[in-house]
Amino acid sequence: MSDASASLAPDRRSPFRRDLQLLVRSVRAENRLFWRTPIGAFFTIGLPLVMLVIFVAIFGNDPIGTSYGEFATAQFYAASLGVFAAASATYTNLAINLTMRRDDGVLKRVRGTPIPPWVFLAGAILSGMWIAAFATTLMVGIGIVAYGVDVQLAQLPAMIVAFLAGTACFATLGVALAAVSKTASAAPAIANATILPLAFLSNVFVPLDDPPSWLNLIGDIFPLKPFAVAFTEAMSPFSDAPAFEWDRLVVLIGWTVIGAFVAAKRFRWEPVPGASRRGRGRRNRRSAA
Amino acid sequence: MAIEVEDLSKSYGDLRAVDGVSFSVDPGEVFAILGPNGAGKSTTVEILEGHRRRDGGRVTVLGVDPTEGGRAFRNRIGIVLQEAGVDKELTVRETLDLYSTAYTRRRSIDEVIEMVELADKLDERISRLSGGQQRRVDLALGVIGTPDVLFLDEPTTGFDPAARRRSWELVRDLADNGTTIVLTTHYLEEAEELADHLIVMAGGTIVAAGTPESLRDQAGEATIIRFALPSVDASLAGLLDPLHGDASGRDRRLEISTTKPTADLAHITGWALQHGIELDGLSVASVTLEDVYLRLVGADS
Repeated sequence: MSDASASLAPDRRSPFRRDLQLLVRSVRAENRLFWRTPIGAFFTIGLPLVMLVIFVAIFGNDPIGTSYGEFATAQFYAASLGVFAAASATYTNLAINLTMRRDDGVLKRVRGTPIPPWVFLAGAILSGMWIAAFATTLMVGIGIVAYGVDVQLAQLPAMIVAFLAGTACFATLGVALAAVSKTASAAPAIANATILPLAFLSNVFVPLDDPPSWLNLIGDIFPLKPFAVAFTEAMSPFSDAPAFEWDRLVVLIGWTVIGAFVAAKRFRWEPVPGASRRGRGRRNRRSAA
Repeated sequence: MAIEVEDLSKSYGDLRAVDGVSFSVDPGEVFAILGPNGAGKSTTVEILEGHRRRDGGRVTVLGVDPTEGGRAFRNRIGIVLQEAGVDKELTVRETLDLYSTAYTRRRSIDEVIEMVELADKLDERISRLSGGQQRRVDLALGVIGTPDVLFLDEPTTGFDPAARRRSWELVRDLADNGTTIVLTTHYLEEAEELADHLIVMAGGTIVAAGTPESLRDQAGEATIIRFALPSVDASLAGLLDPLHGDASGRDRRLEISTTKPTADLAHITGWALQHGIELDGLSVASVTLEDVYLRLVGADS
């Protein structure tokens, strides 16, 4: 450890370019962290795929009654489980990752460097959306290849818009959940306790054909059903492409605004005293799933 | 002045964690903050870093108020904190690359990795490094932006003695090149070795300030004579009364702090010979910084 003299090259980057470089590196680092934590990758990407295979095996791939019309089982589940994987990649993962890294003091370190807070959070959000895109594409792709799911090129624009609105919404809600969770052990519990029941009444795990109106209402208010319906309608063979579900998208935007507001008000970079997980393993991160 | 602190105070509820602390640090000097746990060291340093808001007093670091310095301020400081974690599934190179991008005065990864002697671990994930090696990654992240002020929070905890010596060399080199260094430590040896000036904190206040030498001088020219006394019939007054120094003791272990060691030692050994007693573990030593320190913070803490 010698010669601490600085050999400095002047920084020729403009501030904008520096932040852009930082953002790109942040997203890349977040992606690496995701893939290097296999248990998280399994729950986010593997588990919904397993559910697709099981549901098609149980119900067969014949047309079933859904609120969208008579669909082949796989046509329904490739879309709805694609949405579920996307919500899990953003909402659940961001809430767990951010709280865990807050407990570990990673966020505190970031706060002591010139990395702007928005760059760090945007890196986490964009990485979540990137992983969601991978998970959803894989789900729909396997549906097409293995189960004859029908997707037309003309349907893509509405599917992409629904996907972006949905993942941006759930990523923001993930940051908001991290903001209100005191510790990393609370985050997965809350994330799963909110998203799993919702998945049952949001046309995700079970096709809802004419459910009771109170069930409909709850589904319509919370963001998972709007995301699922907007995406499934966009790729439905009965819709005229491009099928933009504007009312559903507005609900998603509304939740994005609420999430952003909570995150801005409550997000903390300091670990809660006594919450340190240092030295403990990360294997049980999804234990509540 | 690189750092000026005047009448700083900070409370958590009823607890006055920092209570009227003032000091200043010159550019390029190594400044140590010593004290037991709960003395207020970390709170003080975290206020200087901009991590925490103060309740009262004035603080300037590099000419700005740390709470308002923002990004430009953080571009000029480096922080090596015990409780600041890293993402352990990234490699050393990936981590250094990510953080270095944020600074305008970046040291190259090669240079930094040489400084902390981790060149052979560059592509290893941080989770696979030993505790000491992970601390060196912390150190590397602290200096990668070529800071004007470097905060080191117990930087060598968990190092083996050789690694500790080499880290001290690095700190000295940084200081020689103009980096101001604020160091908290509970290793007295570390403060004595590195610090140009130091303060000792206890209970949120400064109980001593100065150079390591001046602190040692506060004990006067005292020498400490220590020994254990076997149970004897003779009156202890005959032993203790003629002494020049102050005696203190527990059980049968006695400690005499004296400015006339020759005379007192002659009296003690004379008394022992006269009573045919062997004094176990008899030693004569000059006061160390540790003796002064323990007296200042109260030996019980």
